[in-house]
Amino acid sequence: MSTTTLDRPDRPGDSRVRTYPAYSTPLWRRVLLTREFAVIALLVAVIFYSNNNVPNFDGPLTFYYLFLDIAPILLIALPMTLVIITGEIDLSVASVVGLSSVLVGQLHADHGLSIPVAGLIAILVGALCGAFNGFLVAYVGLPSLAVTIGTLALYRGIAQGLLGTKAVTDFPDKWTDLAKERIAEGSSYPMILIPFLVLLVLFAWMLHFSSFGRGVYEIGLNDEAAHFSGVNVERTKFLLFVMAGAVSAFAGIYFTLRFGSARGDNANGMELQVIAAVLLGGVSIFGGRGALHGVVAGVVLIGVISSAMRLQGETVNVINIVIGTLLVLSVISTSLLSAAQALWARRGRAGGPPSSETGQHRPAVAASESTNER
Amino acid sequence: MSTDTLLVEPSAISPTKRIVGELLRSREIAVGAVLVLVVALTTIKNPNFLFTSNGWRDLLLTPSLLLILAVGQTVVIITRNVDLSVGSTLGLTAYFTGKLFVDHPNIPILVVVLAGLLMGAVLGLVNGVLVAFFKVPALVITLGTLYIYRGIFLSWAGSDRINAGDMPKDFLALGTKQILTIPVLTIVGLVVLAAVGYYLYTARGGRELYAIGSDPEAAVLYGLPVRRRVVGAFVLCGALAGLAGVVYVARYGTVSSGAGYGMELQAVGAAVIGGVAIFGGSGTVWGAAIGAFLLVTINRALPVVGISDFWQRAVVGALIIAAVVLDRVLSARQERRLVAAREETRSNR
Repeated sequence: MSTTTLDRPDRPGDSRVRTYPAYSTPLWRRVLLTREFAVIALLVAVIFYSNNNVPNFDGPLTFYYLFLDIAPILLIALPMTLVIITGEIDLSVASVVGLSSVLVGQLHADHGLSIPVAGLIAILVGALCGAFNGFLVAYVGLPSLAVTIGTLALYRGIAQGLLGTKAVTDFPDKWTDLAKERIAEGSSYPMILIPFLVLLVLFAWMLHFSSFGRGVYEIGLNDEAAHFSGVNVERTKFLLFVMAGAVSAFAGIYFTLRFGSARGDNANGMELQVIAAVLLGGVSIFGGRGALHGVVAGVVLIGVISSAMRLQGETVNVINIVIGTLLVLSVISTSLLSAAQALWARRGRAGGPPSSETGQHRPAVAASESTNER
Repeated sequence: MSTDTLLVEPSAISPTKRIVGELLRSREIAVGAVLVLVVALTTIKNPNFLFTSNGWRDLLLTPSLLLILAVGQTVVIITRNVDLSVGSTLGLTAYFTGKLFVDHPNIPILVVVLAGLLMGAVLGLVNGVLVAFFKVPALVITLGTLYIYRGIFLSWAGSDRINAGDMPKDFLALGTKQILTIPVLTIVGLVVLAAVGYYLYTARGGRELYAIGSDPEAAVLYGLPVRRRVVGAFVLCGALAGLAGVVYVARYGTVSSGAGYGMELQAVGAAVIGGVAIFGGSGTVWGAAIGAFLLVTINRALPVVGISDFWQRAVVGALIIAAVVLDRVLSARQERRLVAAREETRSNR
């Protein structure tokens, strides 16, 4: 982040200092020199490299299975991005996936409901799960980390309690085929991408082009200030958790139909995969920063790396090591870059005012930048 | 300000009364009471739960693993961080422990325990250095190392498992050995608990951990060695996770790929139930330890009282939420009382 300030250098702590971080550089630099575009560039580089060096990567099945596999993560990453931008977190999403999977299975098998009706009920229950999280976080004011660790266990427990170790595998072919169908014959894009794209447009509009989305960012930067500037902090957070629950339930239905099996432990541990992808996509865990194109690139990047490495015969363990390292590097890079930038700015300023003065203000500059980073 | 006026007026209540009152209101006692209640109800339902030698042993032995993890986790949470990698650290050290026995059949047990501790400490050091020196959120870093450590563990282990036959009998005997009917592994856990609890309660370093967690920026301005303390907390947490790995091997005798999977959230859950604030600065290891006992004991009690053990996780989740809500209610009441007290002193002046 460039934090160039157009202030008088002798008064860095002055409250009248005006910062123009958004307009201090030309448009192309503001758009291209961002974390989001770094992720996209990395993604393009990895795809390019794999196309040339990994056998069978350019085959027709690679991207088809890649999208089938990452579709649940893509879906859940959308609301999760908004939740994390407000500075909260939702660890219970994978448990909602499991619960909705079990509900679809049981309602279909034991109560004879058709898949759409069962799915609708599952989505409603998912929204309800999200509403419970949202109520505790937004209106009761509890820390979301603690609440959703609790509901992670709670929803997963209900899913396992309902179905035990059994699995429902009896689904009509019509629906299980639909989950795996391609958009067009021979196309490498599965059908699930259509609902994803619809949701992506919806969420992108909501986050980047609506006043609701500006509120989301403001809450992440400072929820008290957001409150005083007229953002309904509680309602915003509540709605985001409801969305996270509903979308997770939808992902659960897809998960069930794709594998043709409803089990209580479906998607166990997926919450961490989703969060890893969102953070890799450049969203700050402290809130207030991030964009959806980066997140989508982050999810696809993880998918591409996994499938390229799998094609090269690596085990899932090595892939996990790579993804973990990437996650750590991606967050460290922010801090390294800002340190380098601070060094750069300091060197640039050292030519101007007397050195004693810059020395005096160094800690203040460093402190302001570290808080900006958060 | 003159030196005569005290910042805080000494309490007018007598010390004994105050201590008793504090004890009665403390979170540890409340969670402990719930624990006793659970044990009592289960025992009424089925006396074997407590009154057979096996029941008594399991009651004490099973929580020892989570107890050690929860103590380490608490130290990290108190500094307003979190360590999600403990489950993976446990798995990796458990495999390392087993591997040592396989490769060096005559290695002394003490050396293995120390090696496990050291291994865990190194893994914790990596977390701590990344968090403290790059100023990045612990949640993200330890989420990354969760994947990395588990990946290293699983690709190192490959398809081979460590079996009970690979381990010396003396070591495996530790898993079942009892001193005065108390299992050795539980004693290990309690010793760790006592040592860490004493450090946090009395030592300068321990108090500084609380100060850092209450307000990290104020701690920097006050001149506390924040980086060193945070790194230290992570190293301690890692070392205890390593110890838990050794305990795991002694207790179960085998190391499979699932060792320690998902334990990180249980450890955080135990700390939260025990009254450790997730945003740092308050809570005790005693509370976390009782929380760990409660979590594990409820898990074991449910089948006895006739609830299918598939519902275990639901109950655990409900318990965590109840604990967090209770905290909020209590702190809101406390706040109201303090505000009222302040208004009163103001009007008196």
